[in-house]
Amino acid sequence: MSIFNIFSDYTTAVVVFGSALLGMVSGLLGTFSVLRRQSLVGDGVSHAALPGVVAAFLITGTKNSELLLLGAFISGLLALFLILAATKKSKIKFDAALATVMSAFFGLGTVLLTCAQKLPDATQAGIHNFIYGQASSMLRRDVTIIFICGIFILAAVLLLWKELKVFIFDREFAEQLGIPCKRINLILSFLTVLAVIIGIQTVGVVLMSAMLIAPAAAARQWCDKLWVMAVLSALFGGISGAAGAVTGAVAEGIPTGPAIVIAASLITVLSLLFAPRRGIIFRIILRHKAKEANHNGRCN
Amino acid sequence: MDAAIEIQLIAALTAAGCALPGSFLLLRRMSMASDSITHTILLGIVLAFFAVQDLSSPILLIGAAVMGPVTVWLTELLIKTRLLSEDSATGIVFPLLFSVAVILITRYAGSAHLDTDSVLLGEIVFAPFDRLVVFNIDIGAKALYLSGGVLLLNIVLIMLFYKELQVSSFDPVLAAVLGFSPTLINYGLMTAASLTAVSAFEAVGSVLVTAFMIAPPAAAYLLTENLKKMLTLAVLIAAASGILGYHTAVLMNVSIAGCMAAWTGVFFFGAFVYSVIKKRIGAKGGA
Repeated sequence: MSIFNIFSDYTTAVVVFGSALLGMVSGLLGTFSVLRRQSLVGDGVSHAALPGVVAAFLITGTKNSELLLLGAFISGLLALFLILAATKKSKIKFDAALATVMSAFFGLGTVLLTCAQKLPDATQAGIHNFIYGQASSMLRRDVTIIFICGIFILAAVLLLWKELKVFIFDREFAEQLGIPCKRINLILSFLTVLAVIIGIQTVGVVLMSAMLIAPAAAARQWCDKLWVMAVLSALFGGISGAAGAVTGAVAEGIPTGPAIVIAASLITVLSLLFAPRRGIIFRIILRHKAKEANHNGRCN
Repeated sequence: MDAAIEIQLIAALTAAGCALPGSFLLLRRMSMASDSITHTILLGIVLAFFAVQDLSSPILLIGAAVMGPVTVWLTELLIKTRLLSEDSATGIVFPLLFSVAVILITRYAGSAHLDTDSVLLGEIVFAPFDRLVVFNIDIGAKALYLSGGVLLLNIVLIMLFYKELQVSSFDPVLAAVLGFSPTLINYGLMTAASLTAVSAFEAVGSVLVTAFMIAPPAAAYLLTENLKKMLTLAVLIAAASGILGYHTAVLMNVSIAGCMAAWTGVFFFGAFVYSVIKKRIGAKGGA
């Protein structure tokens, strides 16, 4: 397919639109994960969703994506609570709790999957799609789900904007102000799990974490204001989603999910290099100028 | 040897081998590095495959083992710019390398039977079929020697560098003062970890390697304050998960690797509950 008639093809247009939307949603929420130094939460939650997906399939017997997503959501949330509880109640650090819980959940998921594969009407492709995602088979219904969840997430973030801002940068201060930090933490976890879950079937488990991190890490380089960062991050996420989906449609043999991740990583690398003030090249120029000024000063 | 006993031995040895480097990753707060390298190793395998065009070549293992330190190097390169935090850097590097690997596989290696599922998920049931034959005598499954060899290698490495590992894990400043190069220890540990991960692939697949690397040490960490005891406990818990996982899987006719990973989670949960109860009793006794 040529790049010019992408939007005349309905299926491709749906995939491009859906991927862009997904990129925007995860970019927005990634802002908070990255600033809280919990970037890898997305990775953990997406792995931990597997037993939920398969259990939902085993219980209901349908491949209805809303039900599977609900299963994924419940098991992702459960895993996150276990991680937070283990970190709070014992000397285990966050990263170790994350690695332990997510891999144990994933193990449980593969166990359930072997049960599911014994059912007469099951296909073997399940795990493959779950790990790699299958953006190219995105349907209009999936886009509607992403859209509804996205609006919900956006509304929640806007409503709680002030609280979130204080909570992220200075938790102690937030507590003094009487902001219910526990509840804010809970809501933020809830929203993150939601964003991860709607992304899994598009880009897959492993790559979903990049969708949360890369756009936000790129946006961080360009600004020092939270709202600018959130908007930029959503924008970068949207661009990566669209660019990856277009690449997937135009170039043969390039899967959409990895293409999205490469687009997002590219934006991050460019931001690290070229961002004003913080960027690597800017700093090199600055150092060079300082040296020159120093030199001139000595000559005079 | 009976195939069932062989599988159990391979499972126990593989899990125990993972738990050793994993313990130090846990102590150095690098648990997620195990998740990171188990993914990027795929790229190492793919690149090595393109170089030699042979799936059974040992070069593939070397390619995979090199990828671990490369991943760490790239991540540290990003951290050193001081523009990204450690977790963000990790979370950008490994999905990127994994994406490149997946694209290379789907685009160029489609006909070459480079089966990503077997790398990601593994299948321990097939391990006993691959025999090691020396002078026409069948001396056991290859995986048995591989997993045993890697466990032994890890034990030897830890015995040789015990002091360095201990000091640099608990007190990096003191380690630097004493003249241990933190970079050298770091890369050495990551090389051992990725070598271990590669050897465990065939048995349990890359995704579940993280379970054996981190969960048993995490459980052991909750049970004791002593490093030697922690290492011993981690190895025992890992081996027990391997054997229990096998029996549960056979009983229920499900995935063996999955059951092994689930058992490590059970052990961790048990250790967690134990530590919470112990703390409660301790608090009451103190009051």
